[in-house]
Amino acid sequence: MKNLVILGAGTAGTMMANRMVTRLSSGWCVKVIDPEQEHLYQPGLLFLPFGARDEELNLRARSKTLKPGVEWVREAVQLIEADAKTVVLDNGTKQPYDLLVIASGSQIRPDETPGLADGGWRGSIFDFYTLDGALALRDALDTFEGGRLAINIVEMPIKCPVAPLEFTFLADAFFTKRGMRDRVELVYVTPLDSAFTKPMASRLLGGLLEEKGVRVEPEFATGEVDADGKNLISYDERKVPYDLLVTIPTHMGAPFIEASGMGNELSFVPTDPHTLRAKEHEDIFVLGDATDLPSSKAGSVAHFQSEVVTENLLRSIGNESLEEGFDGHANCFVESGFDKALLIDFNYDVEPLPGTFPLPWVGPMSLMKETYLNHLGKLAFRWVYWNALLPGRTIPVPNRMSMRGKVRPASPAPTSTKGGHHASA
Amino acid sequence: MPVLEAKGTEVELNDEGFMVDSSQWTPELAEALAEKEGIGALTERHWKVITFCREDAAQNGQPPGLRRISKLSGVPTKELYQLFPKGPGKLAAKVSGLPKPKACI
Repeated sequence: MKNLVILGAGTAGTMMANRMVTRLSSGWCVKVIDPEQEHLYQPGLLFLPFGARDEELNLRARSKTLKPGVEWVREAVQLIEADAKTVVLDNGTKQPYDLLVIASGSQIRPDETPGLADGGWRGSIFDFYTLDGALALRDALDTFEGGRLAINIVEMPIKCPVAPLEFTFLADAFFTKRGMRDRVELVYVTPLDSAFTKPMASRLLGGLLEEKGVRVEPEFATGEVDADGKNLISYDERKVPYDLLVTIPTHMGAPFIEASGMGNELSFVPTDPHTLRAKEHEDIFVLGDATDLPSSKAGSVAHFQSEVVTENLLRSIGNESLEEGFDGHANCFVESGFDKALLIDFNYDVEPLPGTFPLPWVGPMSLMKETYLNHLGKLAFRWVYWNALLPGRTIPVPNRMSMRGKVRPASPAPTSTKGGHHASA
Repeated sequence: MPVLEAKGTEVELNDEGFMVDSSQWTPELAEALAEKEGIGALTERHWKVITFCREDAAQNGQPPGLRRISKLSGVPTKELYQLFPKGPGKLAAKVSGLPKPKACI
């Protein structure tokens, strides 16, 4: 028997396991290694701080998310020994592989910023990128009496780059509905030079921040947090005081990536941007948040990548040349508050543009526009995730980004960004 | 296109002030670029960063980002902000004659 071993059973790893188990011949065994008992629907975390009480709908027993035939090894990974084609597990056992898929994601690392994880953590400092963080923040917002709420991105890249903006829009709506918006000052503190990374979307989203009375503190490279004095301090010694800090800490890849000497400075794995094979290893593919690619760290990206990795694993087994199938395609709902959302669709080369989605000129959803239907799309997506995406079913959204139904503005409007943070491959 | 001159050599810069051809870089040009960017005289600590950036870019085909510089050059981020004020990632690349680092989204 040959082994296809998948590290991590999050969005990317689960899709890969479920897709490959139905496609590989009987001589192959599909094993997925993940120590966690439950699978978390991460987009659901955004709504919890604002009073949603549906956390149980965002969790599923991992055993129910994996198709029959997939062998789940419930252990943590300690090390990849690429030369020996072996994965060493925390319990000391070794798992040999013929092909390896790294889908071990990214994790928040508040310990990377002095002062962030110490005195104020879960007192006046909260995250919403973990389930317990989002629940603790729900309690904190429920009892918040007013003052300055700072939303801070410590450094890029982060998972779901629009989530901090969505959080800010929802915070504005939350305090408005509670009749206390006038007592809350919202400050958006970002290392970017504007609201987002791509010019048109940045103008649109930056405009929304302004409309909602949010102050933006751009180009703020967070150096440390003074938890006692409640100040964010940048490397160039600017200070932003806060009463309540919602932090998006530094993101890094899994610790075993660094231990295996396979990561970059943030423990993300250097990956070919189009074939998704590890740059250094012929028998290893990488997808989802674990790559070092300039594509968004988002579930939609993992989904589009999973189709390319499926194809390339099969080609690799058949000794065929790999498909250069990934174009950086990302598709994200952006919740903007008061039951509206925007939808953005982009790739390595094409920034988010207005238009319709998924059908050209028909929609029903609108790109780059706030609508109620987009909001319903966002809410409906949880069902799609559990019932179509994770099981590896085909959903009617093309893997490569399409220009059909998109409209380029006739003449580019003047941009407020200086072009410092645009991804390109 | 703007040009920069140092010790009789003229090189082309792009609109954002980065050298167009990285292979034309010389230590004298680094001093001229530093002067132009308001960094002033280059110290031994500046050179430690510049040397690292040049070597790392030659090896990887792209200029290192801020975190990579601080992790691998031995110069902490805080000091990088003192040496290359305002945007050490971009400025270190500029003075090292490298293209603008591609930041992630």
